[in-house]
Amino acid sequence: MKLTGAEIFIECLKREGVKTIFALPGGVVLKIFDTLHQQKDVEVILTRHEQGAGHMAEGYAKATGKAGVCLVTSGPGMTNVITALADAYMDSVPVVCFSGQVPTSLIGNDAFQEADNIGLSRPCTKYNFLVKDVNDLAATIKEAFYIATTGRPGPVLVDIPKDVSMAKAEFTYPNSVSIRGYNPTYEGNKWQIKLAAEAIMKAKKPILYVGGGVVFSGASQELLELAEMTQIPVDMTLMGLGVFPGEHPLSLGMLGMHGTYQANMAMHYSDLVIAIGARFDDRVTGKVSEFCPHAKVIHVDIDPTSIRKNIHVDIPIVGDCKTVLRELNQILRATVNGEQKDLRRPWWDQIREWQQAHPLTYHQEKDGPIKPQQVVKRLYELTKDRDPIVATDVGQHQMWAAQYFKLARPNRWLTSGGLGTMGFGFPAAMGAQAAFRDRLVLCIAGDGSIQMNMQEMATAVISKLPVKIIILNNGFHGMVRQWQDLFYEGRYASSYLDTTPDFVKLADAYGAVGLRVKKVGDLDSVLKEAIATDKPVIVDVPTYPYENCYPMIPAGGCNHEMILEDPPELKKKQSGDAKVTPEDKDTVLTA
Amino acid sequence: MLSVERPDAGLSTQVSALRKMEHIISVTVENKFGVLSRVAGLFSGRGFNIESLSVAPTLDPSMSQMTIVTSGDEKIIEQIVKQLNKLIDVIKVVDLNETEFVSRETAIIKVHTKDVDRAEALRIVDIFRANVIDSTPTTYTVEVSGDPKKIEAIINLLQPLGIKELVRTGRVAVAREPVRQAAAQAKKVARE
Repeated sequence: MKLTGAEIFIECLKREGVKTIFALPGGVVLKIFDTLHQQKDVEVILTRHEQGAGHMAEGYAKATGKAGVCLVTSGPGMTNVITALADAYMDSVPVVCFSGQVPTSLIGNDAFQEADNIGLSRPCTKYNFLVKDVNDLAATIKEAFYIATTGRPGPVLVDIPKDVSMAKAEFTYPNSVSIRGYNPTYEGNKWQIKLAAEAIMKAKKPILYVGGGVVFSGASQELLELAEMTQIPVDMTLMGLGVFPGEHPLSLGMLGMHGTYQANMAMHYSDLVIAIGARFDDRVTGKVSEFCPHAKVIHVDIDPTSIRKNIHVDIPIVGDCKTVLRELNQILRATVNGEQKDLRRPWWDQIREWQQAHPLTYHQEKDGPIKPQQVVKRLYELTKDRDPIVATDVGQHQMWAAQYFKLARPNRWLTSGGLGTMGFGFPAAMGAQAAFRDRLVLCIAGDGSIQMNMQEMATAVISKLPVKIIILNNGFHGMVRQWQDLFYEGRYASSYLDTTPDFVKLADAYGAVGLRVKKVGDLDSVLKEAIATDKPVIVDVPTYPYENCYPMIPAGGCNHEMILEDPPELKKKQSGDAKVTPEDKDTVLTA
Repeated sequence: MLSVERPDAGLSTQVSALRKMEHIISVTVENKFGVLSRVAGLFSGRGFNIESLSVAPTLDPSMSQMTIVTSGDEKIIEQIVKQLNKLIDVIKVVDLNETEFVSRETAIIKVHTKDVDRAEALRIVDIFRANVIDSTPTTYTVEVSGDPKKIEAIINLLQPLGIKELVRTGRVAVAREPVRQAAAQAKKVARE
């Protein structure tokens, strides 16, 4: 029997096990929406903006490990979803985005709502397809899912012209895919793995540096075995959080620009860096020429281009983290004995010394303004038994969440790392909630970034996605303000938000629940109330506006040269908050 | 504290890594729409340099062969090769500088010729084993093939006569067959 392109599209989604898609209609995708409307297998979550649809697909993918799917219309629908695609590309998130296109006969004619979807998305997708013939549609969709989810995952775009979605063709879904130019390497080179095992056995000051690749390959068990067997400390990247239990004694927490003191010091003084599924991003390496000056580097990554892109690697291993770690563990199991523990005792003594010297700190006065770290810490302590999924936006609150929310398992952490997309958190949390209706999904946001996709609150209410948003409301673009205080002599150019909406009323206006924490003593009770509410909730927490996020490695700085607290002149300035000179009047928080 | 030496810390490797060199990269790609823009976009997006690029279908019409002349230090060339390989439409990448190779470029040069110069122009064409492929009372159109130095040389000689137009194909290159293998192949063919 012949099916229309739209019907083929839905059949393909079913074959790929897609239960939920995030979508916004438009002229050229009407046929697809019309067909979706007449079936029950694939749920459509109607978003309020295509960027939201894209981030929801990302959140869905990060939480489930499966491809997230979004569907947008041509022209502005496509340009709106670009940010989400670029975000997914940077963070290797498997997303399949379907875009409508004007009929094939009109392509190139500057038709209404036409855009060069292929040209627009080329630099921010792993691959993209324009389907010109309905007979190619099924095979193309199969290839799109295959490319998005294999190798180093990433977003794939399938552009479907209107006439293709309406034309009919015989439906056959291919069982397998073979693309001659695309053969990701899963097995690591055995000789290289052996060399890595030898280096690990000999190292006196080894450190594991693990990232998002370990999450996507599902290798957290293998990682745990490796770390425990060899007693090697574990540094996680922002993308890797949760892949190793945050409260495990071997965990040193996050490394990088706002990483813990011990994590960065251990990197700097290590003699063997074992990088697994991480890409030596500039937020991790700081000054490349002085990065890990004493270390030999082992780098396991499925993407050969990640290896030796930023730093020299001594033992490169191209392969899937899980496969390589299994093999490595097998070799080590036979060779590890008690000697490594003795060999590394001085290293561990040193690490414990670092940990004690500069733990993460903040000072919460009992009746003083609420400190943002306190909010994250209490939120963590109140919810950790429920194994929540935590999404964040981008900025100070994201770093505090990374520091204080010590996730125990992978696929619980939804954050925008590479692209640093403000407005990511809320829709991503909704995507995860759509995949796991019964789980507790939290979104830690800032008052700046939540406003970048606030419109999705309507989606959350109507689609019954009871995400709990906790806004650390400091009235500023906090990270920008922090940089201005540290590097621009405190001139708050465009970082003070001045008129922030009343988030409690805003939640109410959308039909969600709005709560506010008025003083630090109320924090627990309000958070508990939010968690117990079976609706989307905004918890507005006005926090101390001038809190800075430390440790901090200034951009281009060296990993062991962290700023650990406010410099004295800044402390002085902040203690004199009340005294405002006329010239910085417009920059002062009036709340 | 320093228990493991980094092997690349030596001065000599550092110097060689910094040296910018011209590389000829041969890329076999799918012969379909948009592939050229993917390759070109990769170079422009990552700030790599293209000195010349030529592309045409291979014997198998489903594939095209690209010859890209680029330059960069060792690290950049390694990234170029890896990034090209990562493109899904790229089937094979060979950095020809790692082997022996032969390369050619063709130029078509339209030369102004006054009466007094016409004989001189033909002499130059002759010296370079170039061909005159079109002629009018006031111009010769000359076709010349060779390595870039030869092309440069003939351009330099023809320039005083007055070059009206000049087009160059960019280089194409192919790896030389290893001698031993080629000899064995010949024997095998002879036996058959």
